Amino acid sequence: MAIRSFLILFILFFFSSLNPILSLYEDQVGLVDWHQQYLGKVKQAVFHTHKTGRKRVVVSTEENVVASLDLRQGEIFWRHVLGSNDVIDGIDIALGKYVITLSSGGSILRAWNLPDGQMVWESSLRGPKHSKSLFLVRTNLKIEKDNIVIIFSNGRLNAVSCMDGEVLWEKDFEGESLKVQQVIQPPGSNLIYVVGFASSSLFEMYQINALNGELLKHESAAFSGGFLGEVSPVFSETVVALDSTGLILLTISFQNGKISFHQMPISNLVKDSFGPAKIIPSSVIGIFAIKMNAVTIVIRVKDESKLEVVEKTNHETSISDALSISEGQQAFALVQHASHEIHLRVKLAHNWDDNLLKESVKMDQHRGLVHKVYINNYIRTDKSYGFRALIVMEDHSLLLLQQGEIVWSREDGLASIIDVTTSELPVERDGVSVAKVEHNLFEWLKGHMLKLKGTLMLASPQDIAAIQSMRLKNSEKSKMTRDHNGFRKLLIVLTRAGKLFALHTGDGHIVWSHLLQSLQKSKVCQHPIGLNLYKWQVPHHHAMDENPSVLVIGKCGPSSDAPGALSFVDTYTGKELSSLSLVHSVAQVIPLPYTDSTEQCLHLLIDADKHAHLYPKTPEAISIFEREFSNIYWYSVEDDNGIIKGHALRGKCTGEVADEVCFDTRELWSIVFPSESEKIIATVTRKLNEVVHTQAKVIADQEVMYKYISRNLLFVATVALKGSVEIGSVTPEESWLVAYLIDTVTGRILHQVTHHGSQGPVHAVFSENWVVYHYFNLKAQRYEMSVIEIYDQSRADNKDVWKLVLGKHNLTSPISLYSRPDVITKSQSYFFTHSVKAIAVTSTTKGITSKQLLIGTIGDQVLALDKRFLDPRRTVNPTQAEKEEGIIPLTDPLPIIPQSYVTHALRVEGLRGIITVPAKLESTTLVFAHGVDLFFTQLAPSRTYDSLTDDFNYALLLITIVALLAAIFVTWTLSERKELQENWR
Amino acid sequence: MAAVTPLLLLLLLSSAPSFSSGSRNAYNINGRVKIPQGLGTKGYALPGRMSNVKVLLNGGQNITFLRPDGYFSFHNIPAGTHLIEVSAIGYFFSPVRVDVSARNPGKVQAALTENRKGLSELVLEPLREEQYYEIREPFSIMSLLKSPMGLMVGFMLAVAFLMPKLVENMDPEEMRRAQEEMRSQGVPSLSSLLPGGARN
Repeated sequence: MAIRSFLILFILFFFSSLNPILSLYEDQVGLVDWHQQYLGKVKQAVFHTHKTGRKRVVVSTEENVVASLDLRQGEIFWRHVLGSNDVIDGIDIALGKYVITLSSGGSILRAWNLPDGQMVWESSLRGPKHSKSLFLVRTNLKIEKDNIVIIFSNGRLNAVSCMDGEVLWEKDFEGESLKVQQVIQPPGSNLIYVVGFASSSLFEMYQINALNGELLKHESAAFSGGFLGEVSPVFSETVVALDSTGLILLTISFQNGKISFHQMPISNLVKDSFGPAKIIPSSVIGIFAIKMNAVTIVIRVKDESKLEVVEKTNHETSISDALSISEGQQAFALVQHASHEIHLRVKLAHNWDDNLLKESVKMDQHRGLVHKVYINNYIRTDKSYGFRALIVMEDHSLLLLQQGEIVWSREDGLASIIDVTTSELPVERDGVSVAKVEHNLFEWLKGHMLKLKGTLMLASPQDIAAIQSMRLKNSEKSKMTRDHNGFRKLLIVLTRAGKLFALHTGDGHIVWSHLLQSLQKSKVCQHPIGLNLYKWQVPHHHAMDENPSVLVIGKCGPSSDAPGALSFVDTYTGKELSSLSLVHSVAQVIPLPYTDSTEQCLHLLIDADKHAHLYPKTPEAISIFEREFSNIYWYSVEDDNGIIKGHALRGKCTGEVADEVCFDTRELWSIVFPSESEKIIATVTRKLNEVVHTQAKVIADQEVMYKYISRNLLFVATVALKGSVEIGSVTPEESWLVAYLIDTVTGRILHQVTHHGSQGPVHAVFSENWVVYHYFNLKAQRYEMSVIEIYDQSRADNKDVWKLVLGKHNLTSPISLYSRPDVITKSQSYFFTHSVKAIAVTSTTKGITSKQLLIGTIGDQVLALDKRFLDPRRTVNPTQAEKEEGIIPLTDPLPIIPQSYVTHALRVEGLRGIITVPAKLESTTLVFAHGVDLFFTQLAPSRTYDSLTDDFNYALLLITIVALLAAIFVTWTLSERKELQENWR
Repeated sequence: MAAVTPLLLLLLLSSAPSFSSGSRNAYNINGRVKIPQGLGTKGYALPGRMSNVKVLLNGGQNITFLRPDGYFSFHNIPAGTHLIEVSAIGYFFSPVRVDVSARNPGKVQAALTENRKGLSELVLEPLREEQYYEIREPFSIMSLLKSPMGLMVGFMLAVAFLMPKLVENMDPEEMRRAQEEMRSQGVPSLSSLLPGGARN
């Protein structure tokens, strides 16, 4: 009896020692997680290298980032991500200490402190009318020690003080049809020229005093030919434009207020001209470039009317802005692309024939063409000028070139990820050599001794540092082979630039990258857009020798009937296996759950004309497909019309060209939401590859509830038309939100709930038999989260064991979606503090582990929230039985526990998506969050119950075993001695 | 409009209005984020505290940043009820409901949504600090004992020293009987199990 109670005590003690550790310790940061910071494609760059001290370059990007980079290494000093509708229009450095940004269509001007990125002042600029033309003019004008910056936006010219953002003067340009083309500020004068076109054939010029905004002169002149596109300033009082046909170059000079036109047909300059040209604006004095088809022509303007072609090339050419290197001297850079190399030339503006610098740099062809170039000069030790060039490539990467070499490069394409999938790494083939093992064993022992020292608090600071670096630099985690636990995988990401990257989950390094040919601008495809990534071939079992591959789907242009493009990429090598330009469009892609003999997954592509196309186009795939012909259903959502439709296949395509893999479809059902009162704002389904471990849920009083698990459930949220606008402009009475659960095979609405006084945006996640959604409650003025769980009632009477034994159950009765399902739903709502950007749910291999919701908050953090907090069975006072089951007492707000932020003290700036992938180890799930930044970590929602944690102390285990052995020998000798004594007695 | 803003800020300093009417039903919301000194000093350091704070209006529709003195402003906001959130690593801010009314501009109507506390002026302070990491407990002999290995050793010791005690308390006759039983059944003693134990 005593022994038994002792054992019980022991067991209790043992379990109490396994305290739940929710999050990580500070020294565990970086062990399984990594965080990478990016910027996006650079739109504008300004160097700051004048003074001694840190050399920087300030950039603004298409991801709305303004950042200051270290010019030596390319590291980020500071960075701010502006709002998505606060697009940066221009940046500049003023007074040598402030970065000025103009954003939001020229209406917000901000100044940031250059060293630390602190915002110094903010000004709001308004104008009389909305206009597209925006200019931020750099000036050296000084008014009482203060620099001014000239801004033209929304039809108004503003002069703003750089010290405090005060508007010194403003001048409106009310002219109805006036389109301002350029604002020119000749250096060294107090004049500003505003030039533009009025109506279609009138050239207008305003001369303004820069110090007080006084209008000095206003001239206009008509040109019968009209104007086309942009103008390029060539001298301070001369601009170049094209006439409306695009065939004649116009040199417009407005010296001394007199406007004069000089015409020059392009065909006179270039013998074989090909159709209309386009001006590439540049700020270089006396030089401009035009582009006709793929030919770039650089033209020099001598005097006023004399135009001279200095270069004509078929290569892609980029010209930098002018850089004044000394009094009256301007330099500019020209970058040309030639297969594996890029040629960089730096020239003086008035001296085309000589190069200040000529370099060729070997360039990885997977970076594509040079899109932009910015130059900066420095003075070499021998007092001559040296130049560094910052170039932006087609794949959005940023490189710094100096002395013919790439000093640093940043893969900023990763800031705009479109889609993510994963791929397994290759299996480890041959064992490692013996010598390596021995070496590893010694290291291993040493490491564990250090760890033990750390545990026993005997470690010196150096030892602690060694332990930390050892843990972080664990070579195991970045190995290029599959591991037993499935932690090491490849993350395949598709970026907006049409580049595919493979990132290692261990430490986030880029394994390979590939610029997809099918997503590159070509003659057939002018504006390719990447759409999705799918697993194409996942070899296992009999096709083990094949490499896995992914399918990249893209289309040409933004219209819905643009032809599609496919690429197949090997995920081990990163080679593009093949690419296809499709004749049909891609409106929808349905990965089918069937594979052929080489483990290629069947995919059904639905085009805009509602034809279905099967890939791969092999007879084998067609035969597999035809077997499952009648089991294929899908749905389509037309947000604009408020219609959801269900579809099935009908037969082979009729008419047109006989195509073996083309099928006609038929519409099965449609749900039309009343367009005057409801608007679809969110649709969500279950993840296709989600695994559900158990269908039954045993509740407190030994009752069983059966989850209604169907892959064909769709969650739809609609809002009242008025509620579809932003928060703040509707009253609770005129806004409501309706949530539907729809069966996508029959089109039956299984459940419908209305939340009065609520509005979007709605973020939702669907898993197993529940859906969680987040919306705004206007009455309470707080965000809410609701959960709907759906249970199958038809099987509820199967809980009698005798019925099961006697076979009187209905478990084997055929389940058809056509019979009306007998379901019940349970739901509950809670308050949630933050706005949400994305919601995801953890997923594990077998679906046994309990789930956590991953909520991307507005602060760009990812919060893990246990699903138990969103359980509709929560009550204020749960019974004892319910408490034992693990039901948490109901509280109105959902708890936000800081330790459960999976991103801990980091931000995933510009968060857009959260992806979860199961590891092979059941307890663990891999989480990848992407936005401007990337973040990856491993999560164990119920803790790692199936493996030892990393900080498991093997040395302590060894010592214990040794101690036990010693004890055994001691007791053995003791017992032997005792036996001897007993024998003597 | 922008020229008026500094003036308004001065007004705000003297505890007056948070809103200013602009042209065409567009208003400005001005406010201040105050992070009390002393907070954030313990625990981990927050690099560039003030410069990394973002103020968000209506779930990210407008985003603005703080001036060095903690002031912020949103421009061109229509009348209505708005929600302001503050995102600062290391601090928990309650979202704030702000009413911008067209009828009487200049009137402050703001309330924290977490605890429904009204604000007389738009000064936002963190409700609490957020500690993202577990605190590592200092080494103690108990934690070592609580570890599975410690328990194993403890159990061993308990068996080695407590079991004989239990045996001692038994009735000597009963014990003899038990020993005899054991011998007759041939239950091997510890010594006979071990190598060398075969000697006897």
